[in-house]
Amino acid sequence: MKRQVVARAGDVPPGQCKLVTVAGREIGVFNIGGQYFALANRCPHEGGPLCQGRIGPLVTSDGPGTYRLDRNREFLRCPWHGWEFDIRTGQSWCDPKSTRARQFQVTVEPGEKLVKGPYVAETFPVSVEEEYVVVEV
Amino acid sequence: MNIPVRHATAAAKLAIVDCDIHPAFRKPSDLYPFMAARWREHMTTYGEHLRQGLSGQLQWPRMMAAGLRVDTFPEDGPPGSDLELMRRQHLDANGVEYGMLMQLSKGGMEERNLEFAAALSHAINEWQLETFVKPEPRLRAGIVVPQEDAAFAVKEIEHRAADRSFAQIIISPRSSDPLGHRRYWPIFEAAERCNLPIGLHVQGFSGGHASTSSGWPTYYMEEHYAATTGMQNTVTSLVFEGVFERFPKLKVVLIEGGFAWAPALCWRMDKHWERMRSETPHVTRPPSEYIREHVWFTTQPIEEPENPQHLAEVIEWIGWDRLMFSTDYPHWDFDHPQHTFKFAMTDAQKSKVFRDNARALYNLP
Repeated sequence: MKRQVVARAGDVPPGQCKLVTVAGREIGVFNIGGQYFALANRCPHEGGPLCQGRIGPLVTSDGPGTYRLDRNREFLRCPWHGWEFDIRTGQSWCDPKSTRARQFQVTVEPGEKLVKGPYVAETFPVSVEEEYVVVEV
Repeated sequence: MNIPVRHATAAAKLAIVDCDIHPAFRKPSDLYPFMAARWREHMTTYGEHLRQGLSGQLQWPRMMAAGLRVDTFPEDGPPGSDLELMRRQHLDANGVEYGMLMQLSKGGMEERNLEFAAALSHAINEWQLETFVKPEPRLRAGIVVPQEDAAFAVKEIEHRAADRSFAQIIISPRSSDPLGHRRYWPIFEAAERCNLPIGLHVQGFSGGHASTSSGWPTYYMEEHYAATTGMQNTVTSLVFEGVFERFPKLKVVLIEGGFAWAPALCWRMDKHWERMRSETPHVTRPPSEYIREHVWFTTQPIEEPENPQHLAEVIEWIGWDRLMFSTDYPHWDFDHPQHTFKFAMTDAQKSKVFRDNARALYNLP
């Protein structure tokens, strides 16, 4: 297990994704209303660069003629084939049981704690005054 | 549901032939250097007059970014227009030994003004050579010709045939009449004489016909599916008009039209042939035999049954020697060579589908 500081908390604006590399893996870090999530930048369908896809809402319907937009900026659409994934869980919308994007643990830690260790910010300068996004792989 | 990637079998490290790559021009005026002043003037003043109701636009919305893979946009121009990006992102990354260019727009196939169509056809063929094939020897052009002007098409085919930069002849499978009609026979005759396959790629334009046989669809999902039924109409016409009987060495490639439907179509045609053969006495053998001998299929967008083994059974019916791998780069429904087949293939099957069938058909060195 490896924990790495990947960004200042403010570097991932709400509704956006920041692509980072941790231990050689490309990972997308997402901010949904102040909660952070991390998904592998690799679509479980055919390996496309998932986190470069569009972030948007879920479109659903209770029947022909009725449409609803839900959970704006909580769904990720793969840039290759358009498979939709729930950013909070990594689950595919069409096949939630068996198709899931790889998820990683993310925490937001105060710089003060990070400076003390035991986790070393290898690639990222940390100051005690700010908060940081930490990804665990 | 579809089977996710972790069950995929890889075509690891096998050099492949990609039978469907779409190049693009940065802007239509890129073709001007290859056109006479008279047609540059025409293109500037009038533009195209296509075989569809709404000239200058597709008749349905397209998936994703105008039907293109979102990660294939270069800094300048549309996807497919930047050879360096195509090399880095696709040819090098996926081990493409040869790539067959499939230029669909502005080649004259849909143009109603036949003289302009001829100018476009000539220009697009020159443009493919100068922009892609000369700088990148892994790529092969197609001789794009307007099927509605067979006399010109034959001249253009004969003009290009000796140049191995061109691997096939490209016409629309959604011709004004069903493609087996005799008005198109001079093109088939030239193809046979020059030993060049005819590549039939599903078209964004449906030749002035509704894109489905029951009318205009509401959704892109309906239209995308109709590509397979359109191909069935075309191949049925070729068989029953007697094209393969008249041109016994003709080779036809059905590109992006699916293939899982082929066994069922053959069974049905054979059944009808047994009962109504005398209506078309020139069709002397069961229809399935002509298809088995004359028709090749490309893989993308591949059918993905819940049990991947079912697809292997379908291929047994079609023949492992008749299926050729394709990606459709840079379009949104691209198939990745390592994830396309979700069942175990033998090395011999892999070699055929990913490389050898295409090398043999297209006479690649």
